[in-house]
Amino acid sequence: MNFSYGYRAPDTIAEAVRLLQEGGSGARPLAGGTDLLVQLRHGIRQADLLVDLKRIPELSAVRYDPADGLTLGAAVPCADVADHPDIRAHYPALVDGAGIIGGSAIRQRATVGGNLCNASPSGDAIPPLIVLGAEAEIAGPNGSCRVPVSSFCVGPGLHLLDQGEMLVALHLPIPSPRSGSCYLRFTPRGEMDIAVVGAAAWLQLDESLSYIEDARIALSAVAPVPLVAETAATWLIGRPADSESFAQAGRLAQETARPIGDVRGTLPQRLHLVGVMTRRALQGALRRAKGETIDG
Amino acid sequence: MITKTAEHTVIGTRPPRADAFEKVVGKAVFGPDVNLPRMAYGRILRSPHAHARIVRIDPTRAEALDGVYAVATAADLPEAADRTERVGEGNVNYKYMRDNTFAGDKVLYHGHPIAAVAARTLQIAEQALELIDVEYELLDPVLDVRQAMAADAPLLHEGMHTRSLAGTADTPSNVASQFQFLQGDPEQGFAQADVVVERAFETAMVHQGYIEPHAATAAWDADGTLTVYTTTQGAFDIRSQVHELLGYPLSKIIVVPTEVGGAFGGKNVGYVEVPAAVLARKSGRPVRVVMTREEVFLASGPSSGTWMRVKMGATREGRITAAEVELCYEAGAYPGSPVGAGANCILAGYDIPNARLDGYDVVVNKPRVGAYRAPGATQSTFAGEAVIDELAEKLGLDPVEFRLRNIATNGMPRLNGGFHEHIAAREVMEAVRDHPHYNAPLERGTGILRRGRGVGLAYWGNWGARSSVTLEVNADGTVSMLMGSVDITGTRTSIAMQAAETLGLSLAHINPAMGNTQTSGYSDASGGSRTTMATGVAAVKAAEEVIAKMHERAAAIWVCEPEQVAYTNIGPDAGTFTCSRNDETMTFAEVAAKLGGTGGALRGQGDVNVRRWGGAFGANIADVEVDIETGSVRLLRFTAVQNVGKAIRPGQVEGQLRGGATQGIGWGLYEGYAYDGQGHMLNANFLDYKLPTALDVPAIETEILEIPWPEHPFGVRGVGETPIVGPPAAIANAVYDAIGVRQGFLPMTPARILESMGII
Ligand SMILES: Cc1cc2nc3c(=O)[nH]c(=O)nc-3n(C[C@H](O)[C@H](O)[C@H](O)COP(=O)(O)OP(=O)(O)OC[C@H]3O[C@@H](n4cnc5c(N)ncnc54)[C@H](O)[C@@H]3O)c2cc1C
Repeated sequence: MNFSYGYRAPDTIAEAVRLLQEGGSGARPLAGGTDLLVQLRHGIRQADLLVDLKRIPELSAVRYDPADGLTLGAAVPCADVADHPDIRAHYPALVDGAGIIGGSAIRQRATVGGNLCNASPSGDAIPPLIVLGAEAEIAGPNGSCRVPVSSFCVGPGLHLLDQGEMLVALHLPIPSPRSGSCYLRFTPRGEMDIAVVGAAAWLQLDESLSYIEDARIALSAVAPVPLVAETAATWLIGRPADSESFAQAGRLAQETARPIGDVRGTLPQRLHLVGVMTRRALQGALRRAKGETIDG
Repeated sequence: MITKTAEHTVIGTRPPRADAFEKVVGKAVFGPDVNLPRMAYGRILRSPHAHARIVRIDPTRAEALDGVYAVATAADLPEAADRTERVGEGNVNYKYMRDNTFAGDKVLYHGHPIAAVAARTLQIAEQALELIDVEYELLDPVLDVRQAMAADAPLLHEGMHTRSLAGTADTPSNVASQFQFLQGDPEQGFAQADVVVERAFETAMVHQGYIEPHAATAAWDADGTLTVYTTTQGAFDIRSQVHELLGYPLSKIIVVPTEVGGAFGGKNVGYVEVPAAVLARKSGRPVRVVMTREEVFLASGPSSGTWMRVKMGATREGRITAAEVELCYEAGAYPGSPVGAGANCILAGYDIPNARLDGYDVVVNKPRVGAYRAPGATQSTFAGEAVIDELAEKLGLDPVEFRLRNIATNGMPRLNGGFHEHIAAREVMEAVRDHPHYNAPLERGTGILRRGRGVGLAYWGNWGARSSVTLEVNADGTVSMLMGSVDITGTRTSIAMQAAETLGLSLAHINPAMGNTQTSGYSDASGGSRTTMATGVAAVKAAEEVIAKMHERAAAIWVCEPEQVAYTNIGPDAGTFTCSRNDETMTFAEVAAKLGGTGGALRGQGDVNVRRWGGAFGANIADVEVDIETGSVRLLRFTAVQNVGKAIRPGQVEGQLRGGATQGIGWGLYEGYAYDGQGHMLNANFLDYKLPTALDVPAIETEILEIPWPEHPFGVRGVGETPIVGPPAAIANAVYDAIGVRQGFLPMTPARILESMGII
């Protein structure tokens, strides 16, 4: 087990990319460190150079543009995300997710970018990003590109970034009218816990506010990666926005889920909870789409 | 004895704790903070297997690593005596303790220590562990207490035969011992019953969850004195253990207790002191060994997982006629579960004319259990109180009323062969009956959220034992206090308060300190809810000796007989000597100022072995809300009632009631060791071993009853343990009240609740 690593804190994306590329597989980006430092200490991940991204201005910026949507720097702490007035107004599922990571001390350091790049199936910020249609902006030796967050994670702890690449920001489109989003997770404890099952839902209603025009559902902790519940979401389109529809969507989401049983939850428990949490997240999204304010 | 029943000026007040400021500003030295010049870092190699024979241990490669100072194994320890002694409220057998310090020919649980390394850095020590070659021959593990009791179960100790009153069994077994309590005629009692309830219960192994890990630093001086700094409840107990395991004289071992970051019974037995001492001897350097959180879970002394069965019968009039109890407690790898205490506490609050109880102490491939706050009582009370609750329900009686109809009284013969003296079970239950919480309306709910209310009656026997306090009077009239008891609960303050009250001085006059095994008189561990009680007796005795000696000094100053001097410790003139010969007065400080001329140093010494003590009843009321879709249980309101005898420092007593309840809530709803089929612990961390957080525990209401234990100068009974006993029972009964399904498992996790409802 290696307890000593080099530490660099570059000011620019270009410099960070260079350090990561030169450092090879031993170089790792560092955001809040609430995953990485714990993993290094337990020997789960190895590193000999930590490249701290928090001094790069682009990565610490939050910009909301009513025409263009939200640009969220990869190293913005969850506490700032959950408190940001524009994010609270337009992307409530992200507030739900970022606002329950750890406890308030953890949220001062933990970042949404780090949550995504840690690529845990139970990462609480990831399903919200997916249902809000977020894209990840990636910088690397060959320039930059954007990929949908829904395809960012490829396995437990694995993502599609190559050596020398890093996440710069998350781009969230402007919310469509009559839409609402919600993320709920089930944990035995009230905080400082890890999702047994989490569900994010996004709904767009028709003008009568009675029918569903569009829907997206994503689940955490029920598959090797955060999971898009495509069948359930598609089924909802054109249906009445009511508890019957949501119950059926919950059942369809259960069919999509591929949970395991482990010390955090049994398999039957997880399957059951997929139905419950999906239904409840849809209810929350509906209320917000109708303009109600609810706390996640 | 100078007893003041009224007019207390110090006792019953709420001064700040003597240790508070140091702790709040982060200056207090806890076990892992000890740092000595030239110190080396120790780490322990642990078994990855739950049950295996050790074929070979070869430390050669580790010893050759640059920066490694020493490697230690069982070969460095002499044979230890096959003798069992009480430590705190648990026990140790030194032969087993040796095997649990460094494995002999077998490893018996995941995390069992095998060897230790001291190195220049922690990192080198870590690397060295990987270079110790151990060859194992794997054996089938036994993890379940009933499976371990089966005739064909794999044996942990080939030479262990069940001991009982009937003698020692012929065939070897994992059942270390069994016992039976019998009272009246249970068969006839059940024949008289109109209603009979019988249920089985299971509880998971749980940990005390103290935040500070075990940590010891050992140093040998050139003369051969071994000093061990350690976080413990009992410095003298640790000294005995080091003495027995090293075969080294007691006088050459000094154990210095540090501040303690939580113990709850788990820091009576040492785990890292002997490895640190051996490594320090071999390396010629001080060595510090600090456990990681994972090591604390894997290989310290949690509390037993259990399987229990309780059957009870009662008449239509609501009188209990009979009980039959079976208690099977996991001891972990070596004998010594708290099944005896579990047996003493189950149903202790009731008058049950006919009963039989069978208790079994069973070894399994898990860490050897230790004491945990009222050891053994929380498990058995969960079972007993659930059946009591169900009987009340079947009889259509209010659960509190049913308990009151059968409540235990003084002198009533008890199932364990003894009888209660000066108890207040009735007063405690009446306090529940009359409590605003019990009488508040509860909206039960018909939708997804269902609410319920439950109660539980709890008992713990408490303890007395040996304590030592020294009071030295200083020339300015202040008093320096040294106690042999380790302060784990604000003891310095609560003992100094008893000394101050007796002396008739203000608390500010007394500066209390914890001693070590070289500086203070022998004191048993701070455990068993004994310390405020027994060390308080020692403090009063020391104070009385101070006053008696001060009489002589005052007489010398006044040139009169000591009998002509009077001292008052009460009222406006408290702290004044008067002389009947000349009607003069002198203050305590004025006499103190002349100590030099009247004979020199003046100390009062209180060395006691308190052999009689009073048990404590308590009760809990819990309101829960169950989400019947997720199985999650939320506590809406929680009350703890307890007879404490006398609350020396009420804030501290309330803290004990709340802290114990919080741990009981954790045990009831969240906490439990989880193992895979091979006996690997799956949740040796605070993420997956779930202690309740601040969001999970409501503000706990407390009600203190003060029905004194008459043999303590101030009436103290002991407080710390009863509070953990009742909460799981009260919560389980409340969950039943909410959802109509009895709960047979601890912890009552959401998955278990859904399973019990047939939802998953
Ligand atoms: C006590 C505690 C409680 C927690 N509770 C929760 C919880 O409730 N829910 C939850 O989801 N998580 C929880 N976590 C995990 C963790 O806090 C979150 O995943 C957090 O969002 C990680 O962010 P970070 O900035 O700390 O990431 P870091 O630890 O800095 O990084 C995480 C990983 O991402 C990589 N990385 C970081 N930034 C970038 C980038 N810009 N480009 C490429 N790679 C990058 C790092 O190299 C590392 O591999 C908890 C952790 C702790 C210690």
